[in-house]
Amino acid sequence: MSRRPYLRKVERSWWLQHPRYISYMIRELTSLFVGLYCVLLAVGLVRLSQGHSAWDGFVANLSSPLGISFQSICLVFAVYHSVTWFALTPKAMPLMVKGEPVPGIAIVGAHYVAWAVVSAVVLIGAGI
Amino acid sequence: MSEIIMLEVLRYHPETDSAPYFQRYTVPYQDDWVVLDALNHIKDHLDATLSYRWSCHMAVCGSCGMMINGEPKLSCHTFLRDYRGAVIRVEPLDHFPIERDLVIVMDSFMDKLSSVKPWLIPKQDKPPSAGEYLQSPAELGVFHQYTQCINCLLCYAACPQCGLNEDFVGPAALALAHRYNLDSRDGGKDARAEVVASNEGIWECTFVGACSEVCPKHVDPAAAIQQTKISASVDWLKDLLTPGGHR
Amino acid sequence: MARSNKPILWLPFAGGGLVAALITPVLILITGILVPLGVLHLSYETLAAFAHHPIGKLILFGAVALPAWHAAHRLRMTAHDLGLGGGIAVKAACYGTAGLVILASAVALIAI
Repeated sequence: MSRRPYLRKVERSWWLQHPRYISYMIRELTSLFVGLYCVLLAVGLVRLSQGHSAWDGFVANLSSPLGISFQSICLVFAVYHSVTWFALTPKAMPLMVKGEPVPGIAIVGAHYVAWAVVSAVVLIGAGI
Repeated sequence: MSEIIMLEVLRYHPETDSAPYFQRYTVPYQDDWVVLDALNHIKDHLDATLSYRWSCHMAVCGSCGMMINGEPKLSCHTFLRDYRGAVIRVEPLDHFPIERDLVIVMDSFMDKLSSVKPWLIPKQDKPPSAGEYLQSPAELGVFHQYTQCINCLLCYAACPQCGLNEDFVGPAALALAHRYNLDSRDGGKDARAEVVASNEGIWECTFVGACSEVCPKHVDPAAAIQQTKISASVDWLKDLLTPGGHR
Repeated sequence: MARSNKPILWLPFAGGGLVAALITPVLILITGILVPLGVLHLSYETLAAFAHHPIGKLILFGAVALPAWHAAHRLRMTAHDLGLGGGIAVKAACYGTAGLVILASAVALIAI
């Protein structure tokens, strides 16, 4: 009896074969826009360190059509990152209180509350 | 003329075939039949050469895992009525070499499973005369879900990292390591860490989560791996700050 | 098989993921929507004063450096998923870019 096991090749397009994997790729892609926005923030800090007129120039660029459209895309992906990140927290950090598991929705909910509080603090600090 | 349904089944004969091909069979449609019943009908009445694994026919043995219309499923747990009017494509589980027809080579999994030491390694050896290792229901509750694994390998078929790296220890083995690491009677976390916390262990995982989605026993291996990433990182920090201290 | 040193990459990735989830959206809202609309004004004086304070420096650094690292590590893993390999070029591109972002931020904040 001859054995000749056949291993099927994984295509480079494996993630396009099923909605579940396409979803996963979009989720991972959120980090590209988070990263690009961090580049923008770093440029901002550099401009801030270079003085008043450099900073004003940076703020003016934020409000340019390119600045607004790029940041709008970043915002959509950043929010999707937050939503998907919070959804996974109960799996990574299961909590037991008095011998009973804390429902996942409570762990996720606590993150949304923290998100709201942090956002409010930053907005108030920025002068809203 | 009673209703029929079409199955498109992957065939592979290592003695004669250079590559797999598909063969179509027409089987009777019955409301309460599962894909396994259709395969058994093919074997009994249409083509005795078809090879496939099965046993319990009730989703507890883990033998009959297959790709059904591209989704890893137990063939005994997949009803024909959910595919009525369509062609059902039946293939062996993804990411494993095909032995013959729907039979995969699962030796790599057996090696990976034994490498994580899936047995109790007590903190201290006790002779039987010293009595049982006591465990409360609450302590059992902490790891109970991870005991439910039937080694069906649907999670390996679903996991893209298993497809991209054949050395990845994989969801089921890591979930079973976690089952023992969480067991209050166990003290073997460090012994398992050589494999579990290696690059081919938990660190190959990118939390796709497909494994937990396809698991027929709701083991949630994705959760097991993410929790292990955190505990392995804590142990790594402890080792860094107090060399050899925590072991 | 030996215990990996991946935690050194993974811990800041995990922390960065949480920071990105909690802080990045509101920052983009401010710089990308509210400032262009004129609802908020990020004056040089206020921001420089904030960045001059050691706590302000730490907060600003954390808000940039951690999400940047998170993105670098995640994009490195995604490059592997897309078949671009796990070689030195991918690692250099990802962690190198994050390193530049982190270094530039640190230098700028120290100077303020």
